[in-house]
Amino acid sequence: MSLQSWGMYPLVDNETIKFQSETELNKKLLEADELIAYGNGRSYGDSALNDTVVHIRPYDYFLNFDETNGILHVQAGVLLSEILEGVVKRGWFLKVTPGTKLITVGGAIASDIHGKNHHIEGCFSECVEEFNIMLADGEIRNVTKGEELFLATCGGMGLTGVILDAKISLKKINSQFINQTTIKTKNLKETFAAFEEYKTLPYSVAWIDCLAKGENIGKSLLMVGEFADDGDLRYKPKSKLNIPFNFPSFALNTWSVKAFNWLYYWKSQDGVSKQRVHFDSFFYPLDSIRNWNRIYGKNGFTQYQFILPKESSFDGLERILDKISKSGKGSFLAVIKLYGKENENYLSFPIEGYSLALDFKIEDGLFELLDELDEIVVEYKGRIYLTKDVRVSKETFEHGYDKIEIFRAFREKNNMSEKFNSLQSKRLGL
Amino acid sequence: MSYVLIVGAKSDIAKEVARVYAKNGYNLYLAARKVNELEEFKTDLEVRADITVELIELDITAYETHQTMYDNLSEKPLGVIVVSGYMTEQHKAEKEWSETLNTINVNYTGAVSLLNIIANDFEEEKRGFIVGVSSVAGDRGRKTNYIYGSAKAAFSAYLSGLRNRLCESSISVLTVKPGFVNTKMTEGLALPAKLTAEPAEVAQDIYNAQQAGKNTLYTKWIWRYIMLIITHIPEFIFKKLSI
Repeated sequence: MSLQSWGMYPLVDNETIKFQSETELNKKLLEADELIAYGNGRSYGDSALNDTVVHIRPYDYFLNFDETNGILHVQAGVLLSEILEGVVKRGWFLKVTPGTKLITVGGAIASDIHGKNHHIEGCFSECVEEFNIMLADGEIRNVTKGEELFLATCGGMGLTGVILDAKISLKKINSQFINQTTIKTKNLKETFAAFEEYKTLPYSVAWIDCLAKGENIGKSLLMVGEFADDGDLRYKPKSKLNIPFNFPSFALNTWSVKAFNWLYYWKSQDGVSKQRVHFDSFFYPLDSIRNWNRIYGKNGFTQYQFILPKESSFDGLERILDKISKSGKGSFLAVIKLYGKENENYLSFPIEGYSLALDFKIEDGLFELLDELDEIVVEYKGRIYLTKDVRVSKETFEHGYDKIEIFRAFREKNNMSEKFNSLQSKRLGL
Repeated sequence: MSYVLIVGAKSDIAKEVARVYAKNGYNLYLAARKVNELEEFKTDLEVRADITVELIELDITAYETHQTMYDNLSEKPLGVIVVSGYMTEQHKAEKEWSETLNTINVNYTGAVSLLNIIANDFEEEKRGFIVGVSSVAGDRGRKTNYIYGSAKAAFSAYLSGLRNRLCESSISVLTVKPGFVNTKMTEGLALPAKLTAEPAEVAQDIYNAQQAGKNTLYTKWIWRYIMLIITHIPEFIFKKLSI
């Protein structure tokens, strides 16, 4: 069977392990030479791909919901969307959610994902109270906050074992709607100023026009928001549009991206405007289009996401945006965001500063451009997000992650380096 | 909220059907043999959707138990969905009478025994819905699958008659004809991806069709047209084909 991740690149032939019970997984795990857990295939690159993968998605039971304390216990294959379907009606929401709800809880832990509220709430691991994981010897360990295994597993890209189930804490909400404020900025300086001005609000993210040139570099729409308080919790997820086939790869070019960006920016009012939007369209705008990755064509695409420390963010971003704009390789989805403090986990992506995420279709000259961007990221002491990555060099990666040696030593000591590997971990020597 | 009775609740399709009805707020009776194996699944549904689930021990071929089982339900269900089915290999059924008999009894006789009882009750109450999961295999007998197919054909005919009878009592009867579905039952078969549905898709289709009061559902939808062609091939040609 062949398998790919969200970027549709690379496509890998592999053997898949499915399991119904811990006993069955134990047996299959011990028999396999090397494997990696695969959730819902939403990471972009090669972090969940290998010759043998364990399918976690069918392991999807809800185990318990302590409604007094808002602690939900689920198996690792449960999707965040399923959690929302179950708990929003009862007045609860995820403390931390990324820009898609179509990921598994296991994947959320392994990537230590973050969302629009990172500057306030931090990463997903903040809401993980405890989890169970099957280690290289087939033993199941219960892991709680603060343990080495917790620090290595949250953000550890599935390289410490197979996460089986987790208890996560939820937050109370009193509406399914978000009061959103949109701020239209003219350049990067204004964008940064707006982020700072609105940073007391829980959610913020900016869409940036990455083809803008000269003095317009960094012009953005910053969207900030918080949950409304109108008591409306009658949540009914909408059905989805589908993109049934791959677009021809020429569909996405400088002109179509420019037109899209122009329309998107233009339809928004100047200055500051207010809207009331559903949480689904606020947090998960692209989830309403199934298989949206097909618009990039059959060769697939990648997302380049990096973060720079706050003190060097402005200069670094300006240089990188300038380079992208000159290259003419545009991206519909270019997103900039202010992050809060770094956590203790060995491989979690966020540090305090600004990150930029851009989608690029895979084409000639792209990887060369990204290598050049890498040099700037390294120069400004930034790092690349593993969950999105399919091509970064070992050297660039190591420059960014100061706890990589602790992670490697931990894997070695616990015999994880042999058993748990992805194409990415072998490429980067994780 | 009302209860829905799901018969043959252990199958992959039935479990997804249970999730869809749970999500939409229905309480559930899950009936199956060795039903205690569904304890964890019951918890899943209850935690997930904040509903009540009761497990009912039921052997679809133990006809004499059906009336008691139905009478003992704490609250009469608003609807019943019969998903129970048994598919054996054709050549095995040809050689072993017990296999053939079991195919007929699980897919047809047992379902009829149970639905007779439930239909009488629904008719009296003038409310309720009935869903029977039959198969595209029942639309025309083929040498590769005609023992299973003929049992499903009988079930389809039964549901059609039942629909006719219950129409004036405002009770809807839905015949579901899945094509290929990616389940435990078909594991190991090389199914064409474009024609094969996931159990969750089938379940959602069933829910939508039932709520809309439809009569017959092919899932995936393309099977309606595939079967239209297959049923229209003249017999003198059809008998020579291997499909």
